[in-house]
Amino acid sequence: MSEKKFSKKHEWVSLEGDIATVGITKHATEMLGDIVFVEVPDAGKSIEKEGQAAVVESTKAASDVYSPISGEVTEGNKAIADDPSSVNGDPEGASWFFKLKIKDKGELDSLMSKDEYDKFCKENPN
Amino acid sequence: MGQKRVIMGVQKTALYDLHKSLGAKFVPFAGYEMPIQYKDGIVKEHISTRTHAGFFDVSHMGQFFLEGEKKLVEALEKIIPSDLKSLKVNHSKYSFLLNDNGGIIDDLIITKTNKGFCIILNAACKENDIKHISKFLDKNHKYYLNNDLSLIALQGPKSVEILEKLIQGVSKLKFMTGNNFNYDSESLYITRSGYTGEDGFEISISNKKVKKLIDFLIDNGVKPIGLGARDTLRLEAGLCLYGHDLNEKINPIEANLKWAIAKKRKDAGGFNGWSKIKNLLTNGSEKIRIGIKPEGKVIARENTKIFSSNGEEIGFVTSGTFGPSVNGPVAMGYVKSKFSEIGTSIQLEVRGKKYGGKVSELPFYKKSYVK
Repeated sequence: MSEKKFSKKHEWVSLEGDIATVGITKHATEMLGDIVFVEVPDAGKSIEKEGQAAVVESTKAASDVYSPISGEVTEGNKAIADDPSSVNGDPEGASWFFKLKIKDKGELDSLMSKDEYDKFCKENPN
Repeated sequence: MGQKRVIMGVQKTALYDLHKSLGAKFVPFAGYEMPIQYKDGIVKEHISTRTHAGFFDVSHMGQFFLEGEKKLVEALEKIIPSDLKSLKVNHSKYSFLLNDNGGIIDDLIITKTNKGFCIILNAACKENDIKHISKFLDKNHKYYLNNDLSLIALQGPKSVEILEKLIQGVSKLKFMTGNNFNYDSESLYITRSGYTGEDGFEISISNKKVKKLIDFLIDNGVKPIGLGARDTLRLEAGLCLYGHDLNEKINPIEANLKWAIAKKRKDAGGFNGWSKIKNLLTNGSEKIRIGIKPEGKVIARENTKIFSSNGEEIGFVTSGTFGPSVNGPVAMGYVKSKFSEIGTSIQLEVRGKKYGGKVSELPFYKKSYVK
């Protein structure tokens, strides 16, 4: 898998061939608190870069999850929909949200590296 | 001392620095900077309260004292539908302030004291409440909001054992009664009450001594609990939150709180909105507050539209969240009364999609009050 790239909306994406895996960052889960509901997209759904793709809710509030890259969904992670609290445990690993078959790898260029993202979070603590 | 700390128009309670040191995340709430959660997070805080004990800083709430005798009782009974004449010293009642139309201006706990009454008011409502109450008082009545006092809720099954170690005699209090106790050469007032569905106490203590009390609680394993878990706890217990489940346009019958109107007062009246309330008591109200259990995991939050199984729009959600002890979503809302029977199938519109749900008994979580 490629190095993870990060969006300003606190999603991560990693690439294997033309399949991108997308999830929310550890920083995002820390801001959200206890996650109690997750809705992931069904396979076959087309999503544009920065389009609404999934939903995550904590005890506090509901948030949309956007896709940092365009493509067609190949799989939503049913395991996190069944056990939303697992997202708090391993958000940047087993608790990915969905996989996409992407069209344009170049879309990743506008995203941040890990170091850039960490710096971004420090500068934008909320 | 005396004045609450005010910084840039935002008020802070006497425990603000302590909350900070405990890793609190703050939110503005009714003009106060209040902890929404601490390091453990809402779910753990909720479970700690249900299984052990938690403390809540609720010093933003108004501790309103009134002094006077017979005329004071008569004045208050015009706006509060409790049987205040028969209320014994150190006994408390849940009630509300009513407007001319029977709408709920605030919900409250009123306790009879030696000199008169103490009323605990919601933080967001307290200034307005006092204006409203004072209209019914005459100049012989003394009344004041005591900002020198903090208010701490200690809630959970271990509360009694822990507090008894520090203040002997509290274990003898029955639910919805209180008394004066001595602590650190000061008299403080403790009631057995709360807002979580658990056994527990509310402790009125000076801003000077509150930190010492909290240190003792923490040393005895009591966790700090923020507003987030306060909300999930009270919702599981089926208790209303003013400004969400109750407001000035809702009367106690619609709110399914007719139990809180004293029987004697229902018959005799003499309080704001009585003619309307009397009529609703006989004929029923058009809409009524219900408990809702959404199917699956979907959370129906405030303002979620409610539909009948035939697709007719019948109401809306006023509070909704995930209930950690129920281990699923829970909600409250208002529906047309004919759809209010327990077990009625309803639909909830969340993000444009309809999800199933059922009208549920309240509370979602059974209480364990000491009677």
